[in-house]
Amino acid sequence: MRKNWPVLALGAALLVGLALPLATGASSLGFYIEVLLGGLMTGVLYSLVALGFALIFKASGVFNFAQGAMVLFAALAVARLAEAVPLWLAIVLATAIMVALAWVIERVVLRPLVNQEGVTLLMATLGVTYFLDGFGQTVWGSDIYKIDLGIAKEPVMILEKLFEGGILVNKEDFLVAMVAAGLVAGLTLFFQKTATGRALRAVADDHQAAQSVGIPLNHIWVIIWSVAGFVALVAGVIWGSQLGVQFSLAQVALKALPVVILGGFTSIAGAIVGGLIIGVGEKMAEVFLGPVLVKAFDLAGGGIENWFAYVLALLFLLVRPEGLFGEKHIDRV
Amino acid sequence: MTGAPAMLSVNGIEVIYNHVILVLKGVSLIVREGGIVALLGANGAGKTTTLRAVSNLLKAERGEVTKGYIEYLGERIERLTPADLVKRGVVQVMEGRHCFAHLTVEENLLTGAYTRSGAETREGLERVYQYFPRLKERRGSQSGYTSGGEQQMTAIGRALMARPRMILLDEPSMGLAPQLVEEIFEIVKELNAKEKVSFLLAEQNTNIALRYAGYGYILENGRVVMDGEGAALAQNEDVKEFYLGFSAGGRKSFRDVKSYRRRKRWL
Ligand SMILES: Nc1ncnc2c1ncn2[C@@H]1O[C@H](COP(=O)(O)OP(=O)(O)OP(=O)(O)O)[C@@H](O)[C@H]1O
Ligand SMILES: [Mg+2]
Repeated sequence: MRKNWPVLALGAALLVGLALPLATGASSLGFYIEVLLGGLMTGVLYSLVALGFALIFKASGVFNFAQGAMVLFAALAVARLAEAVPLWLAIVLATAIMVALAWVIERVVLRPLVNQEGVTLLMATLGVTYFLDGFGQTVWGSDIYKIDLGIAKEPVMILEKLFEGGILVNKEDFLVAMVAAGLVAGLTLFFQKTATGRALRAVADDHQAAQSVGIPLNHIWVIIWSVAGFVALVAGVIWGSQLGVQFSLAQVALKALPVVILGGFTSIAGAIVGGLIIGVGEKMAEVFLGPVLVKAFDLAGGGIENWFAYVLALLFLLVRPEGLFGEKHIDRV
Repeated sequence: MTGAPAMLSVNGIEVIYNHVILVLKGVSLIVREGGIVALLGANGAGKTTTLRAVSNLLKAERGEVTKGYIEYLGERIERLTPADLVKRGVVQVMEGRHCFAHLTVEENLLTGAYTRSGAETREGLERVYQYFPRLKERRGSQSGYTSGGEQQMTAIGRALMARPRMILLDEPSMGLAPQLVEEIFEIVKELNAKEKVSFLLAEQNTNIALRYAGYGYILENGRVVMDGEGAALAQNEDVKEFYLGFSAGGRKSFRDVKSYRRRKRWL
């Protein structure tokens, strides 16, 4: 409890920032809620990418730089396959591809490098990143591709009676939120209730002990990378349907790094909460803080969205390096 | 137990860590069906390394068996994975317990049945709770917050869940109060008698180990320097002096004792 005040101060500052636009009357309630929802939607996507990241880190101690590249690769696969077959089949096939990819990564990268230094493994995932970025283009092409989920994109007005002008939301966003929530619930059940999930948690706790009771590490790694691959695919499909499938997806997905720093590397809850905080935070900062800065300092403005997450993560590293939900270390011998 | 067939035989193995550090310099031993065999020796003698060589957890420590061979039920096992060995009935209980700290006691036990079917798992859980009633009381607690004794019981119980025929038990007495050590060894004896589990038991606590073991090996600097029936070892003057603490002059090494004719039967 002793060094909690910097965290609390940071949290308070964020909350004040969140409340200010309303308190000062700079924004109407309706518009404010729209921005908030927009931030949450982006946040959900960050959460998904960060989730894959946290899973891999938890189970194999590997800092998987390639998570963003996996998002792009999966989205490309779905987009191009969907040109030939129905969307659901494209998603099934792409999932199979991600599982195969997990298997190859285990064989070619993880198994030979097991027990090496963390830096070696990080370098290996950097290699995987660039390979996937390039290989994805080789196989699937490098244009901008579309994924059409078949849901009307026109925004609908809701709550017109409550607010002047109502609130603009779109159905697809709503669906996305449901899918993300379902995925998280499914994963939680899988981890808590199944024998495989239990084995995964055991491996995360103590590799050697897990091996000593006959849990084969190699299988577990393939499973966890497959799950991470599937989560990447979900994020990729959603993002791709909104922005188009293109190279920049991999970069946007890198925002998962500040998210896991904020949430804690090994925490699933942390990945989700961290994603939402950063999604909302950067959107709010972009929309409301941007104009203020422009006026006050005569800046060009804009671009806050690009650095906000990293600055926040940096601040967090200073005050709470283990992240919001960093695993409590149980030291008792 | 001299009559029973050899279940496990370690034959002149050399173990090297990190490609350079030679730790075992030709260790040989036999565990017979139904036996409790003690592997004794001071810190760093190579007890844990020997157990790891058998269970194949050595690779995870960047260690390697470079000479000699290991047979279990007539099969060479140096190339098997730890999981393969667990399926064949050999489980190691690691030094320092190594419970899964964030899992509950019961979840810890269940992980031990990873290689078993659902029915076997349920039945196994009942059996473990029979031997360790205390674990049943604490089944919902996070393992990391249970006492050292409870963790040792969890570790042994977890190994039992795999339905082993042989348990490689590494320093069960470590850090436990004498009374608890006694309790644990009583359970080992019971498991040996009722569940027909054979034990290869690494211990620094020579005194208690020799009371329960039918046979013992003494390791020093990666070599077996002495072996014999448990009772005979306990009566041996040198063992008394160096390992049972009956000497006033502090610990010396067998190597310093000129009169002692070292037996190296396997070399
Ligand atoms: N992973 C490793 N890498 C390098 N050397 C090791 C490793 N593990 C053990 N050693 C060395 O091998 C020797 C034997 O160690 P081992 O752990 O087998 O001894 P031990 O008899 O079990 O000792 P203790 O009673 O302290 O547990 C020691 O000198 C130790 O330093
Ligand atoms: Mg040891």
